[in-house]
Amino acid sequence: MSAAPILSVEGLGKRFAVGGGLLRRPSLVHAVVDASFTVGPRESLGLVGESGCGKSTLARCLLRLVEPDEGRIVFEGRDVRALDRPAMREVRRHLQIVFQDPYASLNPRRTVEQTLAEPLRVHGIASGEDVPARVHAVLAEVGLPPDSLKRFPHEFSGGQRQRIGIARALVLSPRFIVADEPVSALDVSVQAQVLKLLEGLRDRHGLSLLFVSHDLGVVRHVCDRVAVMYLGRIVEEAPVPAIFDEPLHPYTRMLRDASPVPDPGARFALPRVVGEIPSAMDPPRGCAFHPRCPDATARCAEAVPETVDLGGGRRVACHLFRRA
Amino acid sequence: MTDAPLLQVENLAVEFRSGGAWHRAVRGVDLAVHRNETLAVVGESGSGKSVTALAAMGLVPKETGRIVEGSRIRLEGRDLVGLSERELDRVRGDRMAMIFQEPMTALNPTMTVGAQVSETLRAHRGLGAEAARREALRVLELVKVPSAARRLADYPHQFSGGMRQRVMIAMALACQPAVLLADEPTTALDVTIQAQVLALLEDLKREYGLAVLFITHNLGVVALIADRVAVMYAGEIVETGTAAALFDSPRHPYTEALLRSMPRVDRDIGALEPIQGNVPSIREIGAGCAFAPRCPHAQDRCRAERPTLADDGAGRGVRCWVRGLA
Repeated sequence: MSAAPILSVEGLGKRFAVGGGLLRRPSLVHAVVDASFTVGPRESLGLVGESGCGKSTLARCLLRLVEPDEGRIVFEGRDVRALDRPAMREVRRHLQIVFQDPYASLNPRRTVEQTLAEPLRVHGIASGEDVPARVHAVLAEVGLPPDSLKRFPHEFSGGQRQRIGIARALVLSPRFIVADEPVSALDVSVQAQVLKLLEGLRDRHGLSLLFVSHDLGVVRHVCDRVAVMYLGRIVEEAPVPAIFDEPLHPYTRMLRDASPVPDPGARFALPRVVGEIPSAMDPPRGCAFHPRCPDATARCAEAVPETVDLGGGRRVACHLFRRA
Repeated sequence: MTDAPLLQVENLAVEFRSGGAWHRAVRGVDLAVHRNETLAVVGESGSGKSVTALAAMGLVPKETGRIVEGSRIRLEGRDLVGLSERELDRVRGDRMAMIFQEPMTALNPTMTVGAQVSETLRAHRGLGAEAARREALRVLELVKVPSAARRLADYPHQFSGGMRQRVMIAMALACQPAVLLADEPTTALDVTIQAQVLALLEDLKREYGLAVLFITHNLGVVALIADRVAVMYAGEIVETGTAAALFDSPRHPYTEALLRSMPRVDRDIGALEPIQGNVPSIREIGAGCAFAPRCPHAQDRCRAERPTLADDGAGRGVRCWVRGLA
């Protein structure tokens, strides 16, 4: 990447206290550990991993919807963690989020018009006549008919609701969108419509994207680069398609091999995928992946592997990796 | 396939009451599953795929739904439509069992896993307490629950999602059924766990010669597990064939469009070509082909007249006036 990143994250960490009670100390879950990455202007970074790997927590930390415990987040030159509320609001105007379940993230008692107009007023971007003009424009952009404005979220299908969620993020003219599993709840045919919409908006507005997903096929299609998380850590990062065609981390390879493709000729060797995903409350020592890794050595059980930077946007954290 | 099917569904129609009128969720489905065979029924939400499985199992809710007269559901040759609840109870579990997407809805949270599996065995196979416990251990080992002997005393919430699904499969297989109905059994699982559960189902099918009816929305999963495939849209089968034939040369415009709208991990698919519009609700299906409003090939006849499922006599069938088998 030649241009300065629009977002850079360094050493980000988040812990949650779980359980506990009278006379019992809560245990700590390390949801995100030492995460570092950058996203360039107009770039789409995919964040993939299985449930509990910390990808959604990491996404929420960027907007401080979840307060990180450590690390630096720099968005357009500003240290996000150091900002007070008004300054943070200013940042959020340009850094928006789209959630997996639009139904849960939309207020059921507000019409689409109210939902879309509110951010404009809160951020003081438009007033009077400008508000309906802007709302109409954004509605057309996400492909919803004008008569949607007076209706409520429950009157829409899942795909249409996700369009409303995208419109709400878009209405502020952001430069960066964090999309947390935006198409996971949708049927295949509708998923393709929403992906196509997101891609079109990204290209037209020059948006940067952090695309969180468990679906490697979708990520391959949407993203320029991908970071793979396992139990709170980024274990590999590489450009598309190298990350899928020549993965360096054994977990990336396992994840790829386990992802079904619509081709009976490509039936994979199922037994190669082994083991359960360990609990984040009690992660294995050393490399967290070692109990499931087909090639693990004694060293893998002892020390957390360092992240090796190979240049060209490729990084990997694995004891077994040797430079060619 | 020359042997008689273990499960045969003929002309199945299922209706649900909504807003004072009956609407058809399943409209004339024919399918057959043979010994040692997995038939995948694939479709999007509202396609009627789950209702088809529920109907086969006799689980259509009586208050709001009904199986339409003229439907046939034959299990090992015996028609189940019209059987009393008591007679059905004997068939369910004994000869035909079902597993679901969310095992917690099928498992009792207040009983240990060992007690639940044993109870099933005592009720259906008349085993004594000790024999049932031994058999429970055997079936849990069969589905590869690690340290099964120790885990008999655990409650469902102490199991991971993947392990719970294994327990449910163990319960389903405890009575050695001939037919297994699986409704999205891996949809809630992570892909690495899904791969393991699919491999287990494949092993069990082969070992016991099970006839498996596998319901899913995921074409990737279909490609992994299916011998034959039936694609459903708006309550009917629009295309059917062997997995190899269907993925290699899809004929129905819906099947073709579904495959083109699915991004894949193993290669670039170029620009996505989404299917326009939405899946119709069961209240708004007209006289013609249900897919016609979204179909790029639709002609006047498609909008006026419902196409038949024309087949080539060798198990390939396509319900389409334009792209059907001549």
